[in-house]
Amino acid sequence: MQQSTVNPNLTDDQSISFPQADGSEVPYSVFSSQEVYEREQDRLYRGPFWSFLGLACEIPNLHDFKSTFVGDTPVVVTRTADGFSCWVNRCAHRGAIVCREKHGNAASHTCVYHQWNYNSKGDLLGVPFRRGQKQGDVMLVGMPKRFDPKEHGLQVLRVAEYRGLLFGSFSADAPSIDDYIGPEMRPWIDRIFHKPVVYLGCTRQYSKSNWKLYFENVKDPYHASLLHLFHTTFNIFRVGMKARSIPDSRHGLHSLITVTKPEVDSDTAKAYQDQGIRSMNDGIQLQDPYLLGQIPEYEEMCTNQIQPIFPQLVVQQIHNTLTCRQLLPKGPGNFELVFHFFGYEDDTPEMRELRLLQANLVGPAGFISMEDTEVTELVQRGTVRDGDKHSYMAMAQDAPEQTNSNITESLIRRFWAGYQKAMGY
Amino acid sequence: MNKQLQLWIELSELQHRYVHTLDNDLLEQWPDFFVEDCRYEIVSKENADRNLPAPVVLCRNRRMLRDRITSLRHANIFEAHTYRHAVSGLVITEQSDDEITAVSSYIVINTGAAGESTVYQAGRYEDTIVKADGLWRYKAKRCVYDTSRVATLLATPI
Repeated sequence: MQQSTVNPNLTDDQSISFPQADGSEVPYSVFSSQEVYEREQDRLYRGPFWSFLGLACEIPNLHDFKSTFVGDTPVVVTRTADGFSCWVNRCAHRGAIVCREKHGNAASHTCVYHQWNYNSKGDLLGVPFRRGQKQGDVMLVGMPKRFDPKEHGLQVLRVAEYRGLLFGSFSADAPSIDDYIGPEMRPWIDRIFHKPVVYLGCTRQYSKSNWKLYFENVKDPYHASLLHLFHTTFNIFRVGMKARSIPDSRHGLHSLITVTKPEVDSDTAKAYQDQGIRSMNDGIQLQDPYLLGQIPEYEEMCTNQIQPIFPQLVVQQIHNTLTCRQLLPKGPGNFELVFHFFGYEDDTPEMRELRLLQANLVGPAGFISMEDTEVTELVQRGTVRDGDKHSYMAMAQDAPEQTNSNITESLIRRFWAGYQKAMGY
Repeated sequence: MNKQLQLWIELSELQHRYVHTLDNDLLEQWPDFFVEDCRYEIVSKENADRNLPAPVVLCRNRRMLRDRITSLRHANIFEAHTYRHAVSGLVITEQSDDEITAVSSYIVINTGAAGESTVYQAGRYEDTIVKADGLWRYKAKRCVYDTSRVATLLATPI
């Protein structure tokens, strides 16, 4: 997609000013401005980035397809004889949505409006009355003689697969998917996707807040033990846990947070009390704590791996529950979050049941996640006015080299620095 | 009275008492509508139609129902809100001497802190009901919701 289609109103965008180059201060207008949103659609979702489309195991058979979005552009991704294909879900004739199902199987797709028909790669196959129709002695003409179906296929995106994750890009300048994910992030994607996975379904959540507030949230280990009181109330999240907070070195837009149980599991309730943190409720216990367990299945016993791959994916392992969260912007003030659950093909019945039970921890009703959309909405509502005022994120600012801390905002700062560059702010 | 009609009235009464606890902040009573060895599930129609299991909430015994309420009361943070359930279309689909299955429709209107009331969820209950100690209780309750996008979050059970 050419970059020159920028809305003229955007070329001279003086209204957005980041006070700091390091991303520590973010003007509130980026969360509600329509101009910023339009620019993101152009520069990010049509720019040299790869947007997560779904898991290959969602469309396991030839001609299986799913409808989804790149930014707010509706697209369809489908399995073809030689790989995967992705096209904009918009008829080349009059612009109608061609594929009206969320998922299914079809060797070809027909627009209902005038029955223009496309194969699974988006090539135009048939146009009704293309060659006209004979009516008595009169030939009613059809399409012009110069009409060439090859020039009227659906708009096609590049598709890349990395270990069963499908990505789409409008840009010829997006690097190879290996380079895009990068050397810091790849080992952790490989960790989760080291053997064949099976799709377990999705849950969808709709938030009245800007998509970047959610991206901040998944780069923010500082909030975990303070907002999500399930941890502290039931004494799960322990202060002594080993942590990683690692950005990717390419643009800082991807990142990794892990939390690993210490070898000796000591009770650190006292540490919470000493800090005066809310809710260390002695005596409140779960009657059935089975869902807090974890069956070891990786070399390192991480309780949490939260890994956003910009701009549409968050890979998540929490205990034994595995999801790919797909983050879809729906205008400046709304986003949809799709939790795609998966397991491994060789799961035992016990493991599969545990993965589903631990779905209680995450998603819209998640014991340790339901607050996330609550707070992104609080920020959205709090920042509705005074767009030139800004947030202040300085935790661990004096130690940029420190990547073993959970009390840091370094990943958010790296994100905003990368965002400023990508957006030209 | 016709025995079948009598049974329908009893199940209907059970259902109305059930939604009464959810709509009137009597959440501690909610687990008592289930037998100890129960299954409670909230799952999207999108998944149910494709035979995919991923739930929004899944409890496989009554202790887990109690834990849900404990967590809501003591740990989780969410906006104050009130549900109003409207239930209709209760139909008994199967029955034996000791177990009944029934389906019905529900609509949940949610009112948040701003005072706006919206249709929060529409769906179908799929229930298995047994008589325990002379009382009807749910052995299984599956809430299959049509409203595929959950607005903001789901705290209070359906």
